[in-house]
Amino acid sequence: MTTMPSARRIGRVWRNTAVGWSFILPNFAGFAVLTLVPIAVLFYVAFTDWNVFGVAEWVGADNFTQMAHDDSFWTAFSNTVWYTVFHIPLTLAAALGLALLLNRRLRGVGFFRTVAFFPYITSIVAVAQVWNLLFSPQYGPINALLRAVGVAHPPGWTVSADWSMPAVIIVGTWREMGYYMLIFLAGLQTIPAQLYEAARIDGAGAWQRFLAVTVPSLRPTTFFVTVMLTIGSFKVFDLILLLTNGGPGQSTLVLSQYIWQKGFGENQFGYASAVSVVLFAVCFLVTVVQFAVNKRRAA
Amino acid sequence: MTATLLDAPELVAAPRHRRRRANRAWRVLGYAALLVAAAGLLLPFFWMLVSSLKTNNEVSSIPIRWLPDTFVWRNYVDIWRKSDMTTWLGNTLLLSVAVTVLQVFTGSFAAYGFAKVRFPGRDALFLLYVATIAVPWQSYMVPQFILMSKLQLSDTRWSIIALQAFGALGVFLMKQYYETIPEELSEAARMDGMSEYGIWRRIMLPLSVPALASLTLLTFVNTWNDYLGPLVYLRSPDLRTIQLGLSTFISQYNAEYALIMTGSVLSVLPVAVIFLLGQRYFVEGVATSGLKG
Repeated sequence: MTTMPSARRIGRVWRNTAVGWSFILPNFAGFAVLTLVPIAVLFYVAFTDWNVFGVAEWVGADNFTQMAHDDSFWTAFSNTVWYTVFHIPLTLAAALGLALLLNRRLRGVGFFRTVAFFPYITSIVAVAQVWNLLFSPQYGPINALLRAVGVAHPPGWTVSADWSMPAVIIVGTWREMGYYMLIFLAGLQTIPAQLYEAARIDGAGAWQRFLAVTVPSLRPTTFFVTVMLTIGSFKVFDLILLLTNGGPGQSTLVLSQYIWQKGFGENQFGYASAVSVVLFAVCFLVTVVQFAVNKRRAA
Repeated sequence: MTATLLDAPELVAAPRHRRRRANRAWRVLGYAALLVAAAGLLLPFFWMLVSSLKTNNEVSSIPIRWLPDTFVWRNYVDIWRKSDMTTWLGNTLLLSVAVTVLQVFTGSFAAYGFAKVRFPGRDALFLLYVATIAVPWQSYMVPQFILMSKLQLSDTRWSIIALQAFGALGVFLMKQYYETIPEELSEAARMDGMSEYGIWRRIMLPLSVPALASLTLLTFVNTWNDYLGPLVYLRSPDLRTIQLGLSTFISQYNAEYALIMTGSVLSVLPVAVIFLLGQRYFVEGVATSGLKG
């Protein structure tokens, strides 16, 4: 490389750049217009009072001040946090548990893997509808089962303000655990069998092997799953829209849905964008913190 | 030397025996857990199918019935009469095919640029792609909608095509796969005077069929199932996709539980068939996009 005449080398760099961009451009053009530009525009619109009349006047931080005193916003915010706090560990545990189970040589594992992934690729409209039937306080099989095992007053699930959030979390976990199970399964299969053998020879029991071999070896996978789950939880939307529509009352109203209500329901594009900035910032911050923690632990 | 060899099996025998018995206990426990988990995972699908074959009164009967009294196959005839199922399915098929073709083409094409061509700024650009995966669409759907409206695209099929066809998933998935293909292959082709475009078409595409299959299936299913995109962008009834159509049907006939379940089964069926046929590729696609992330 160093012996190459520099003019020729520069020519080659230019040519490679042109060729590289020509490959990337068809996708990048669409990506830039539909993703990058809207993200950039978001930060402008959030500081305007853009509304149904299409006039956008710069209002500075007014939208954010309004948000600070907006009870609905805070309800949506805390509901989103609740969903996230429960959905992440539940899904993580269920996915890892299933993956460990499927990693053993049991019969029917192939069939089960199919079954577990199926909720993830089933349309959300059908999913929400059937879960509403399942959760039905009087006619649903879930409460029928609960009554059969002796629960005298089973919860009202999606029609009760206290139980609607747990119901949403259950469906969210049911839907996503198969997807993350596959990722964990792929991670488990990269762990060399010798590690387990060595631990066994050292006298480690099943639980100790899990702690000493499985958990550390899976760390990159667990990290990836946690990051994806976090983003997925913060943006939860269509499930809630179809399952409870944020209700009863505002018991399951989440940030994405609030953006939807303000933006498309009331055409307050400016205010909706300001809420969007908050959602964006929360996702961004949490991801950055997770990366930082991961880096420090890896070091 | 001989002594230790002879002694060895006896020494190990006792713990191995115990280990085998413990193994059997674990095995039984494993099957029990598998059974419970499978029942939980399958219950909604069972209920969907069973309810779709009941009369409407039977769906909300007390005590509940786990199986219909008589199977009401008529539901599967009535749904076509009562709804615009044909239009919805046609629209969805058209959009899914168009999006998949575009995504597979632009995704694999861009991935070649990222994986096999060296030029300054390449890695930074790729980082930009990956970073947007962490940005939820919900946080920029409002400005995107304003933009699409300005471009006169909202309430047209183009809005959904544009929305779905240029995602980062294809670029990411294909790049991971291309990087496993040895550099010598493209180097040899370059020596023979083949252009980069030729290498992509004649060497990379044929070698990456499994990854292309994964991407095709994942994109198709994602587009088929998308509810939010059509909800935001499509207003005209004759543009409705199956998900949007089904949800309008639900709000229109909100007491016709049996028929709603019939529609749900029909909306899930195509995806189920595609998934069962191409299961391997789904699993591989998810595993690669997940593992290397």
